[in-house]
Amino acid sequence: MIVAQRKPLEEISKMVANYKKVLIVGCGECVTVCHSGGEKEVAILASELKILRNKEGNSIEIEEITIRRQCEPEFIAEIAEKYTTADAIISMACGVGVQGISDKVPEKEVLPALDTTFYGGLLKPGVWVERCSGCGTCVLNKTGDICPIVRCSKSLLNGPCGGSEGGKCEVSKDIDCAWQLIYDRLKLRGKLDTLEEIVPIRDWRSAGHGGPRKMVREDLM
Amino acid sequence: MEKAGSNLEKLLAKKEFVVTGELGPAKGADAEQVKKIGELLRGYVDAINITDNQTAIVRLSSIAAGVILTQMGLEPVIQIVCRDRNRIAIQSDVLGAAALGIKNILCLTGDHQKFGNHPEAKGVFDLDSVQLIALLKKMRDDKQFASGEEIKVPPKIFLGAAENPYADPFEFRTNRLAKKISAGAEFIQTQAVFDVPKFAKWMEEIRKKGLDQKVAILPGLIPMKSARMAQYMKDNVPGVSVPQEFVDRMLKAKETKTEKEEGVKICIELIHQVKKIEGVRGIHLMAVAWEEIVPKIIEGAGLLPRPLP
Repeated sequence: MIVAQRKPLEEISKMVANYKKVLIVGCGECVTVCHSGGEKEVAILASELKILRNKEGNSIEIEEITIRRQCEPEFIAEIAEKYTTADAIISMACGVGVQGISDKVPEKEVLPALDTTFYGGLLKPGVWVERCSGCGTCVLNKTGDICPIVRCSKSLLNGPCGGSEGGKCEVSKDIDCAWQLIYDRLKLRGKLDTLEEIVPIRDWRSAGHGGPRKMVREDLM
Repeated sequence: MEKAGSNLEKLLAKKEFVVTGELGPAKGADAEQVKKIGELLRGYVDAINITDNQTAIVRLSSIAAGVILTQMGLEPVIQIVCRDRNRIAIQSDVLGAAALGIKNILCLTGDHQKFGNHPEAKGVFDLDSVQLIALLKKMRDDKQFASGEEIKVPPKIFLGAAENPYADPFEFRTNRLAKKISAGAEFIQTQAVFDVPKFAKWMEEIRKKGLDQKVAILPGLIPMKSARMAQYMKDNVPGVSVPQEFVDRMLKAKETKTEKEEGVKICIELIHQVKKIEGVRGIHLMAVAWEEIVPKIIEGAGLLPRPLP
């Protein structure tokens, strides 16, 4: 899923300082699952903003709604009339959602309440970890199903650097060395010979360095 | 056949026991510092490594410092890390360095930017060190850029790589070195050696794989200036393993105010020990910020006079 984290209240409050009537839109997908932008978080942000503004003697009217997905125009369009009555919109989705709503109502400011952090999964309750960077050329089949692009601090493709010690990365003792993990897993599978091949320089265009990416499926058009 | 015609390459071809030194440029536009260290090392080492913004701290560029050394008649080994430049910048710099008379390049991954004075920087890592070696070999031998486009005047460079015998996974370190050698590395400088038995074990693996026949291995050595430095390296420097025995000796020397002498003594002992290990073709002496001690160590280890190429 796309993992995101809510911005501090002060930062969000500053964005809407000049608005009296705001619509907060939650998203029913990833950010609901990672507890940062679903129905519950929309309600919490609305209450916090109202309390803060009341304290400042500058009350704010807030409408709350959570839609199925903010990454598809169909769902964004379902609440079209709500956008028109608000002075500004706060999106509690990832950056895709913020831009999706903005494309629908370009005349209105659509403000991000979240920082979109990474593509990841749940490690244990309350802990999410990055597992993919969406680099467009998956190599997991060659690396024991452990991603060196995103889990190695230097995105190395030919094995660990000299900073791998006791299974940890030189960057922090809290980070596992991805290449130690890869080594251990391939050893377990009797496939260490995979690591002897030199992995050539990669083409980073698929990772976004060739400009914004797009996927087209003509069969679905 | 000669690849670059550097002194380092010639001496290794003649099976001489080589000595390389190290110079960390200043954090300023300071040519005098480079010249001063160059003079200190003149006649005591065969080539001088110049670090490329080591530990991710901004310093005078390694190529610029290298050019200053070549102008003094000294031979630099330029270090290039993958952290700060993409393939476009690296290839351009290698052409420029070769055009300015630089003949040796050491290819490194580079310390992560979090260690330096700009931890907010975006790390590049377009290539890794194995790919960097392969790229420079391709530029030199195949006369081609990474893209395959022809290079009319290719860079003549002698290619080096680093390895850390103390990093993990230990069993994989010699395989990784094998990759660097098949990518094109012609000499290897290692992370600092203090734990000789572990280094000897690593060398045994190297010999078993026949890698010592394909590449010249130069163990790295760092002279310890104080007991505090010994303790610091033992506790805090990733990938450096200092046995307690040396920390104790340095602490004992501190009581009699002979820390520096003890540090030199330990370094010379280590030189004698690594020199005896089959497959060791020289040493890489990293006396960064204590360059003035190099003559004493090299003389004390019986490595004078330095041979002529």
